[in-house]
Amino acid sequence: MIARQFIEAIPHSRELGMQLDEIGGGYAVVSMPWDARFVGDPKTGVIHGGAVSALMDTCCGAAVISAEKTPGVTATLDLRIDYMRPATPGQRIVARATCYHVTRSVAFVRAVAHDDDAETPVASAAGAFTAGAGEDRRPSTEALS
Amino acid sequence: MKRPEPVQVIKQRRDTALARLVSGVPYIAWLGIEFERKGDELTATLPFTDKLVGNPMLPAIHGGVTAAFLESTATMELAWQMLWAEVESKQLDPEQITAETMPRLPKTIDFTVDYLRAGLPRDAYARARVVRSGRRYASVQVEAWQDNRDKLFAAATGHFLMPARDD
Repeated sequence: MIARQFIEAIPHSRELGMQLDEIGGGYAVVSMPWDARFVGDPKTGVIHGGAVSALMDTCCGAAVISAEKTPGVTATLDLRIDYMRPATPGQRIVARATCYHVTRSVAFVRAVAHDDDAETPVASAAGAFTAGAGEDRRPSTEALS
Repeated sequence: MKRPEPVQVIKQRRDTALARLVSGVPYIAWLGIEFERKGDELTATLPFTDKLVGNPMLPAIHGGVTAAFLESTATMELAWQMLWAEVESKQLDPEQITAETMPRLPKTIDFTVDYLRAGLPRDAYARARVVRSGRRYASVQVEAWQDNRDKLFAAATGHFLMPARDD
């Protein structure tokens, strides 16, 4: 129930068909189905790295907000993704993220993604997210002038 | 003396090659990314749409969209530079580039995005710079901005595996 609300609240994650499978205590599992619209290499049908990035980012963010001492919102400060192998076309991609350290203002996260072969990761991620009030992350009006 | 080719012919050859290359990637079309060309320089545009939103309260563009936009810009820049000489020398006929015959695109090894400010609900722009491109590996930097060119909202660096060029 809460899981569905989480994805419903993030338009882009909903568009990508993401599903929150597990969340709590700084750990989250988010998965995404294979979809022809998200293909990056038409010859092989492999999903674009960008869609995997969106999955990783969503999963890492979920892990952060579920961690103790973090507010219910967060923003990505930086995210590095390593692509180990192409995800097998037609298979779901499952991301698992752990928020392994939280300071007053920063949450550190690691994530791994795999397809049906859970033993061999498709990609891994490491990132830093905001964990404070994050005043300076709100869109400023200065750009309007 | 040989007469130079009419400018329209050259432009059309380049634009066709670019359009074929870009339209060959379904995910780029789904996100709505467009590429504009001036000479060999590319600028990517991501027109804002509601499906790109990550935080509806602000609202702000999803971090994953930003990453995908920058990665697509980097990949296209590399692929474009790879094909440029062949298009110019007419070794490659742009009309022959189809989903089946499309040259293999560079594969991302790793990609790191710095989120410098929230992505506003407006169009975003990006340009990539190939820092180093060898036979097997390439290193690319990308900058993305919205209203002001000097105020980047994201920057990225990535490494790519170049496709074998014997196919």
